[in-house]
Amino acid sequence: VGRSIIEIILLGSRVVGRAFAAALREEYAASQQAAKNRQQSSSSSGGDSDQSGTASAISGLSLKEAMQILHVENLEDKSRIQHQYDHLFGVNDRKKGGSFYLQAKVFRAKERIDQEIGQQTVDPTYSQRMPVVQIEKAALCQCLNRKDFTDEEVDELCFEFGLELDEVTSEREMLAKEQGDAKAAQMGDQLSDAVIYKIEVPANRYDLLCVEGLSRALMVFQSLAQPPLYKAVQPAAGMQQMRVAPSTAQIRPYVVCAMLRNLSFTPASYKSFIDLQDKLHQTICRQRSLVAIGTHDFDTLTGPFLYEALPPSDIVFKPLNQTKEFSAVELMQLYSGESHLKAYLPIIRDSPVYPVIKDANGVVLSMPPIINGDHSKITLNTKNVFIEATATDAHKASVVLDTLVCAFSQYCSEQFTVEAVQVNYPDGRASIYPSLAYRQVDIQVDYLRKGVGRSDSQLTIDEICNRLTRMCLVAKATSDATVSVTVPPTRHDVLHPCDVLEDLAIAIGYNNLEMSLPPTLCTGKQQPLNSLTDKLRLEVAFAGFTECLTFALCSEKDISERLRLPLDSLPAVRIANPKTLEFQVARTSLLPGILKTVHSNRSLPLPLKLFEIQDVVYKSTDSSGSAVNSRQLAAVYYGKSSGFELIHGLMDRIMQVLGVPVDQYKLSATEVATYFTGRCANVLYKGSPVGTIGVLHPETLAQFDLTLPASAFVFDVE
Amino acid sequence: MEDLRSNILAYIHKHETCSSTELCKEMNVEHQKIVGALNSILAFGEIISAQPEVTSRLELTDEGRQVADHGSHEAVLFASVPAGDGAPQSELMKSVPNAKIGFSKALANRWIRLDKSAPGGPRVYRQVESVSDRIRHCLQMVAALSLDSLTAEERAELKKRKLVQEGRVTVYRVAKGPAFTLTLAKEETELTAEMLATGVWQTLTFKAYNFKALGQQPDCGHLHPLLKVRAEFRQIFLEMGFQEMPTNRYVESSFWNFDALFQPQQHPARDAHDTFFLTEPAACRLDAEQADGYLARVKAVHSNGGYGSIGYNYDWKESEAQKNILRTHTTAVSARMLYQLAQQPQFQPTKYFSIDRVFRNESLDATHLAEFHQIEGLVADYNLNLCHLMGIIREFFHKLGIRRLRFKPAYNPYTEPSMEIFSYHEGLGKWVEIGNSGVFRPEMLLPMGLPESVSVIAWGLSLERPTMIKYGINNIRDLIGPKVDLKMICDS
Repeated sequence: VGRSIIEIILLGSRVVGRAFAAALREEYAASQQAAKNRQQSSSSSGGDSDQSGTASAISGLSLKEAMQILHVENLEDKSRIQHQYDHLFGVNDRKKGGSFYLQAKVFRAKERIDQEIGQQTVDPTYSQRMPVVQIEKAALCQCLNRKDFTDEEVDELCFEFGLELDEVTSEREMLAKEQGDAKAAQMGDQLSDAVIYKIEVPANRYDLLCVEGLSRALMVFQSLAQPPLYKAVQPAAGMQQMRVAPSTAQIRPYVVCAMLRNLSFTPASYKSFIDLQDKLHQTICRQRSLVAIGTHDFDTLTGPFLYEALPPSDIVFKPLNQTKEFSAVELMQLYSGESHLKAYLPIIRDSPVYPVIKDANGVVLSMPPIINGDHSKITLNTKNVFIEATATDAHKASVVLDTLVCAFSQYCSEQFTVEAVQVNYPDGRASIYPSLAYRQVDIQVDYLRKGVGRSDSQLTIDEICNRLTRMCLVAKATSDATVSVTVPPTRHDVLHPCDVLEDLAIAIGYNNLEMSLPPTLCTGKQQPLNSLTDKLRLEVAFAGFTECLTFALCSEKDISERLRLPLDSLPAVRIANPKTLEFQVARTSLLPGILKTVHSNRSLPLPLKLFEIQDVVYKSTDSSGSAVNSRQLAAVYYGKSSGFELIHGLMDRIMQVLGVPVDQYKLSATEVATYFTGRCANVLYKGSPVGTIGVLHPETLAQFDLTLPASAFVFDVE
Repeated sequence: MEDLRSNILAYIHKHETCSSTELCKEMNVEHQKIVGALNSILAFGEIISAQPEVTSRLELTDEGRQVADHGSHEAVLFASVPAGDGAPQSELMKSVPNAKIGFSKALANRWIRLDKSAPGGPRVYRQVESVSDRIRHCLQMVAALSLDSLTAEERAELKKRKLVQEGRVTVYRVAKGPAFTLTLAKEETELTAEMLATGVWQTLTFKAYNFKALGQQPDCGHLHPLLKVRAEFRQIFLEMGFQEMPTNRYVESSFWNFDALFQPQQHPARDAHDTFFLTEPAACRLDAEQADGYLARVKAVHSNGGYGSIGYNYDWKESEAQKNILRTHTTAVSARMLYQLAQQPQFQPTKYFSIDRVFRNESLDATHLAEFHQIEGLVADYNLNLCHLMGIIREFFHKLGIRRLRFKPAYNPYTEPSMEIFSYHEGLGKWVEIGNSGVFRPEMLLPMGLPESVSVIAWGLSLERPTMIKYGINNIRDLIGPKVDLKMICDS
C-alpha cells in the first residue's frame, strides 16, 4: 500500500485526472480496512501491546507504512523526517494542484512517526534514569572563566567528570519541540536563542542538581575555585524556634529548618531555586513521600513556629496562588484534578490528621507535602528565606536541607553562611539545623594507590591531595601512609573510602589509567543444563525445525483458557503490577508462545515447523514461598495435515540424541484437554511422565485463530 | 500448437519473409496465437528471426471479445425471442445478458417490435425472419487484423459502443534464421533414470539451463539470531576462562536482587513502576540467610553502616527484603554465587559469567521490552582494581572486534568506582554506550564474609543491542516475542 503511494507522491505535483482521484479513494479505503483487519486479528489472537506493527487507530497506518510514505529509513534522523514532511505536505497542497488525500496521508504518516518517537528512549540495560540540569552556555563560560568553547569541549569536560551532555538547545528550540514551530515563532522576542546545555547528572549527586552546584563543582574541578566552607551560625539574638507537636508522629514525624538571610535573587537564580526544590522532590524525596520542602518569605511571618497534625476540617488557609481560603478537605477535592499536585494527595489523604506548619500568629506556612500558604510565598524581592522540610525519614530531610542551603547560600550577603533554626521535639529533645557537618575520613594511601594501579613514585601524597581537592574533597596528608579527607555537607554520596577512591580516579581521568589484565587463572566451564540445551537446539534445527524466542510472561488466558486447561490447576507465578494484561503470569508452557508465533507467520509457505527450548516457571509446592525454573522443549508442526508422525519422529530423534534406549521411553495414551481426543499421549521415561505429545484440539487451534491442523509435543528437558 | 508451428515454418519456407498479420490471415487464427507460436519457435534457437514493429491498431475490448465470440447483444436478444409468439419483455430483460443494450439496438434495427398492451405486460415479437450480425462480423475482422474492409462509420460505431479501442499492437516481421529447419526437435529438460538405462541420452538434445535463475530453497531448520549471538558471547567467555553461573531462576527475592547488593529499600529501581512484584508467591522465607547471620549483617550495613561505611541511615525492613520479584538483573545470581564463594574455607579466585533473561516493568516500544537478556562477567580475586577492570573489558570487546573504547565515570548503587563503557561507532561517527561496569562495593562483599583484600570487578551489557546492530533490526519486537518475523530468522 505504502510503496505505491510514495511513488505517486514522488512524481511530484502534477495535476491528476478523475480516474486517479478515484484510485486514491480506493487506496485510502483499502488501507483503513487493512488497519482494521490487523487490529482485529491482533486482538482476536490475544494480541500483544505491539504498537508499531499494529496500525494506529487514528491514522490507520503501521509504522512501516508511515516511514515509507515519508520515505525515511531512520527514525533517529529527525531533521530528515521533518524535511520530508514539509516537502511532501507542500507539494501536495491543493492550491498547487495537489491532492487533499495525499496531503492527509502525509500528515497521518508524520503523526504516526511522532507517536513512535515519543515512545523511544535509550537502552535500559543497567543505567538509572538520570536527572537533567539545564545550564546556559554564557553562565558556563563565566564560571569556567572562558570566553567561548565548542560543544565538543563541553561534551569532553562532562564525560571526564561523569556527566553526560544530553542536548544542546535554546529556549526557542525547546518550545518549538514541545508546542510546534508556529507557536515558537509567535512568541518572537520573548524567547531567547541563547545556547542551553542539558546535562545529565548521576542519580546520587544531589549537589549537582542545580546550575549553582554544578558550576561550582566544575569550577573546583578545573582548579578555578577552592571548595567553599559552609557554616551554620546561631544569631546573637537567638535562633528561630520550631516546636513539633506530638500529633505529627501519626503522619510525618520529622521537620528540619534553616534560614537564608539577606539573599538577593535574580530572575535566573529565583527560577533555579524553585527548580532545585522540584528536582529534589522528584529524586531523593521520592515524590515528596520521604521529604517535602517549603520555602517562605520570613518577613511576612513571626516566630516561633509550630509543626502539628490536625483533622483536615480544622485546617483552613489560603493556599499558594489562590484568592480565597479553603479547608484541607476542600483542597484535596480541588487538587484531585490538578495534574501537578494530584500525585501527592495519596501520601496523606487517608490519614485522620494532616500535617500543618503555622507561625506565632497562626498563619499557615504550609500543609506538607501538598501545598504552601499564599501568605508567605517567596518572590523575586524576598530577602530572608525561611526553609522547612517535613519528612518521614530524618536523615534524608537533613540531606535535602543541606543540599538546598549549600547551593543557594552563595547569594546571601554573607556567602556560604546559613542561619540555624532550633527544632524542639515533644520528648524534650532539641536539634539544630542545618547540620552542615564536615566529616573526616582517614584513608590509607596504599589503598588509594592500589585502587588506581599507581606506585608511590607515580602518585605522590601531594598529588592525591590536590586531585581530591578538585573533587571538593579537601585532603591533607597526616602521615606518609594516610590522608585525612574532609567530606563536605554537599557530598552526602560519600559513604565509604571506595567513594573517595572513585573521585581520585575521576580526577586522574579514567582514560589515563594504565589497563592491565587481572592475573586470575581459571578454566572455563559451562552449566551442564545449558550445554545440553545447546546440543538439543542444534539437533532439532538439523531436523528442519526453526527456533522461536517468545516472552516468558503472558496472560492468564494464554496458559489456561487458550490451552483448554483450568487456571487453578496450574502452578503459575502471578504478577502483582503488570502494565498490560499480557504480563499477568510467568508461562507454565512454551506452547502458547509458539502458537502465537505460528499465528503471526501463518502467511508463510506451509508447513510451519517451529520449536523453542527455554525456561518455564512453576510456583514451588513447599512453604518456602519461592518458584523454580524448568527447562522445556516444545515443537509444533502446522500444515495441511496434522503431521503427527513428523512430531513423533522428532521426539524419537531427540531420545536417540539423548542416548535414551528405545525400551526406556514409551508413549502411553492419555487425555489432556489441549489435545484432540484419542490423539494424545504421555511421554514416559523409565515409567514416569516427562512430557505430552499429540494432535492439538480443534478448539485449541481456534483459540489461537489457526485454521489448519497442528501437532505438538512439550517435553521437560531436566 | 504443433500444427500451427509447422504451418508457419512451411509458409516462411515458401515466402522467405512475411509479417505476423499476414500469417494471421493465412492461418485464420488470432494474432495472439501467432505471436505465441512464433515465440515458441524462437525458443528452439535461431530457426527464424522476428523483428517487432509497434503499430497503433484497433483492438477488441473485453466486451468486444465477448461479442466476437457469442454475437452482438442485439443478435443474442433477437435469438432469444421465439419466432411467432414472442416473449414477455420483463422475462427477456431478466434472462438475456446485456438485455438492455440488446433490446434498444434490436428495436432500432427494427428486428423486433414491442407490444405494450399485450395481456400479461409488454411483449416482444420478431419483426424479421432472420438477421445478419454485422457487428459481430466487424469485430471478428478486427480480431483477425483485417481492417481494410471496415467502413469509417462501422469503426466509429464500434468505438462508440466501447467494443474496440485504439491499442498498440506489436507486429512481427518474420524471416528465416541461420538455423532454419522445417522440423522442430523437442529438447529434453531433465536427464532421467530411464534415459540412462536405455542409453537414449546420447541422441537427445538438452535444453540449455538458465543459470541466472535462483535455485530452490533447501528445506532446513534455523536457529534464532539472538541465541546465535548468545552462543558467540558464551564462546568468548569460555575462551577467557569464565565459568557459567546457574541463572535459571527468574523469580528472586528482593533480598538477593537489591538488599544483598547494598541497594537501599527506597531506591527508585525498587518501585512498582520499574519492577514486577508477585502476588503468588508474594514473599519468600529467608531462613538460610538468617541462620548464619548474613541477614543481620546486611540489615546493619544498610541502617548503620560498618566495614568503613556510614551506611544509608534508614530503618531497614526484613518484610521488604522478603518480597518476591521477577529479577531485574542477573547480578542477583552473581550475589548468590559470591556469597557461596565466601562460605568456602579458603577463598578461590574465580571468574563467572552468565547470559540470561531479566525483567523490567516497561511499556513496550521499538527499543524496549519487558524482558531482555543481560550479559554479565565478573572476576573475584585479591587486589583487583580499575585498571584490571578496564583491561579485561578491553580484552572482551577486542574478541568481538570492537577496538576503540573509553570509559566514563557513572553511578551504580552497588559498584564503586563505576564506569560506563563507550565504543566509537564508525557508522554513526560518535561514541555510543555499550555497557556498564564497576568494582562491587565493600558494603556488598564484606557482609558476605569475603576477605577484605578481595575485590570483585564486573561488567554487563544487553544481548539485544549488539544483535540488533549485527542484523540491522530496528524494532526489537521483530526479534523477540510472538510477532517475530520467521522469514527474518531464516534469512539471518
